[in-house]
Amino acid sequence: MYNYSEFDETFVRARVAEFRGQVERRISGALTEEEFKPLRLKNGLYLQLHAYMLRVAIPYGTLNSRQMRQLAMIADRWDKGYGHFTTRQNVQFNWPGLGDVPDILDALADVSMHAIQTSGNCIRNVTADHFAGAASDECEDPRPTAELLRQWSTDHPEFQYLPRKFKIAVTGSRADRAVTRAHDIGLRLITSEEEETGYQVLVGGGLGRTPMIAKIIRPFLPRQHLLPYIEAILRVYNLSGRRDNKYKARIKILVHETGLDELRSRIEAEFERRLADFAGVDQGVVAAIEEAFAAPAFVARPNNRHLDRLDADSNYREWVRTSLARHKRPDYGIVTVSLKRVGGTPGDATSVQMTALADLAEKYSHDELRVSHEQNIILPHVSRADIPAVYDGLRAAGLASANVGLISDIIACPGMDYCALATARSIPVAQDIARRFDELGLEKEIGPMKIKISGCINACGHHHVGHIGILGLDRAGVENYQITLGGDATDKAAIGRRAGPGFSAEALLPALERLVDRYLVERQDGSESFIDCYRRVGEAPFKSALYPGATQRRTRFRRRKRA
Amino acid sequence: MPRKFTPKIITSNHLLRGDTIYLSPSGKWVDRFRQARVFTDETEATQALAAIDRQRNIHVGAYLADASVSKDGVPQPAHFREQFRDTGPSNYFHGKQAEV
Repeated sequence: MYNYSEFDETFVRARVAEFRGQVERRISGALTEEEFKPLRLKNGLYLQLHAYMLRVAIPYGTLNSRQMRQLAMIADRWDKGYGHFTTRQNVQFNWPGLGDVPDILDALADVSMHAIQTSGNCIRNVTADHFAGAASDECEDPRPTAELLRQWSTDHPEFQYLPRKFKIAVTGSRADRAVTRAHDIGLRLITSEEEETGYQVLVGGGLGRTPMIAKIIRPFLPRQHLLPYIEAILRVYNLSGRRDNKYKARIKILVHETGLDELRSRIEAEFERRLADFAGVDQGVVAAIEEAFAAPAFVARPNNRHLDRLDADSNYREWVRTSLARHKRPDYGIVTVSLKRVGGTPGDATSVQMTALADLAEKYSHDELRVSHEQNIILPHVSRADIPAVYDGLRAAGLASANVGLISDIIACPGMDYCALATARSIPVAQDIARRFDELGLEKEIGPMKIKISGCINACGHHHVGHIGILGLDRAGVENYQITLGGDATDKAAIGRRAGPGFSAEALLPALERLVDRYLVERQDGSESFIDCYRRVGEAPFKSALYPGATQRRTRFRRRKRA
Repeated sequence: MPRKFTPKIITSNHLLRGDTIYLSPSGKWVDRFRQARVFTDETEATQALAAIDRQRNIHVGAYLADASVSKDGVPQPAHFREQFRDTGPSNYFHGKQAEV
């Protein structure tokens, strides 16, 4: 795992000291809020509905046990004993006081963490596949690329005031677990026919007000050209992206309005200019970074205890079925720890749970943890011999929900329970759905299902790419929820289609029940997944389930018209 | 035609704590919506909002929020957003609801 260099350490400490001075001047009145707001946002500090919120970067979602313990300490000492893991692999504290934030940032710096560039119109935390370095389908670990981009983009003088925020995701696997096609830039490590490793570069993806799937701007980019090419994209965007309207300022709009071919030719021209000046110094840096991400010292051990437990314990079997993914080594597994306890808040972990996760990672996962964009925690390298012990440890911490990938494994943004931008609540909706399908005992029967909920059009809950997406809106002073169907966040990425008029909070759950009931009737062989079924039969049966009176009303209307 | 002015209160967030505060009839900042002064005159409300702009090292981002008044004269939020600000989140017993 990458450790801070002396340069990183000095830089982060200097930023904390600088911010401490800015906070002091704000409290004394020497700085107005207008002057202070952009400074606090540069350091990840928002003002939300009930309190300040500090967003802490977890680069490419990777952290070690010491860092996780420090997050737990911060939660206890300066917050309300929990943290919220987000869809961009960050963690948020919902209740810090302004005067405490510099101390929190110092405590983060003690474990090589910070909150820099977690807000503002800059390049945000670079995210990556949460199974990076462990996945069985991986061409190459994407984290050295993400770390290189982190170093390059941090405080990059040219890209601190972009037209809008800019998000980059990297994957090294065929299966896209990093939602690369919903990012401003998506990078996919691939191997060419000549056996050379490089990148497929995607550009112009994004959710929010105008959801778009990224397009391939470069089918294959040699790896040594990464920085000049990315810099060329950013430079073209910085100069040509719209600054007249914040809702049209993301690069996806530039791609849409300019056209992919025209934009590509501008980027390629800029790339040629950049390449001529580019000394290639990053390749030496990359080599050092790659060393830091060398695979841990795996140890082959017999897995009898795991096999015996599978035979003897049905709860364990069920948890293994949902939570254990294939590791690149057959004697290891990747454990996804669900932060979606039925009735809990998606993505939240208490300080006690964070400490338990840190202990388990230290003991059983080569000291590594990951945060997934699906708001779960990953133990990436667990020997199969240790899986029973990990399960027991998770159970003791209330973290052994066997629901990963199922209907209660819901992504939900904080919504109007916390967020100042939200138009409706998300969390109670997620809680109600999880509780209801748990009561019905249908979760296992339904199988793979991605429900994603956003509390406003900005789509932090990724609702556009949910198999079932839910968008909370304010309709004349009442919470109202629109449903989209058929979205997909994987390599088959698709934007869901709006099913029809929204539902009140009370009507939403019955509507979802009708939708799921219809799926269970329509699916083939009792095993076809919801998304496959939707793709096969189309939206009509699901729409008629959601709006059972609508067909009759249309028929009556046509009859009256004919008469 | 301009919209008819409806009753409003002045609310903001405390600079240090970040929590919601309300301007009371005595001109002090208080913690709960029900303690807020209700403005029924637009000019008065606008002038009061401009006046508290001078207290910028106490609060952040003051604005006028719609209010209704109960039969016994207690101001209440007219919109669910203000209701949540006045009580706290629905997933934990945190925020104002926990301070009662």
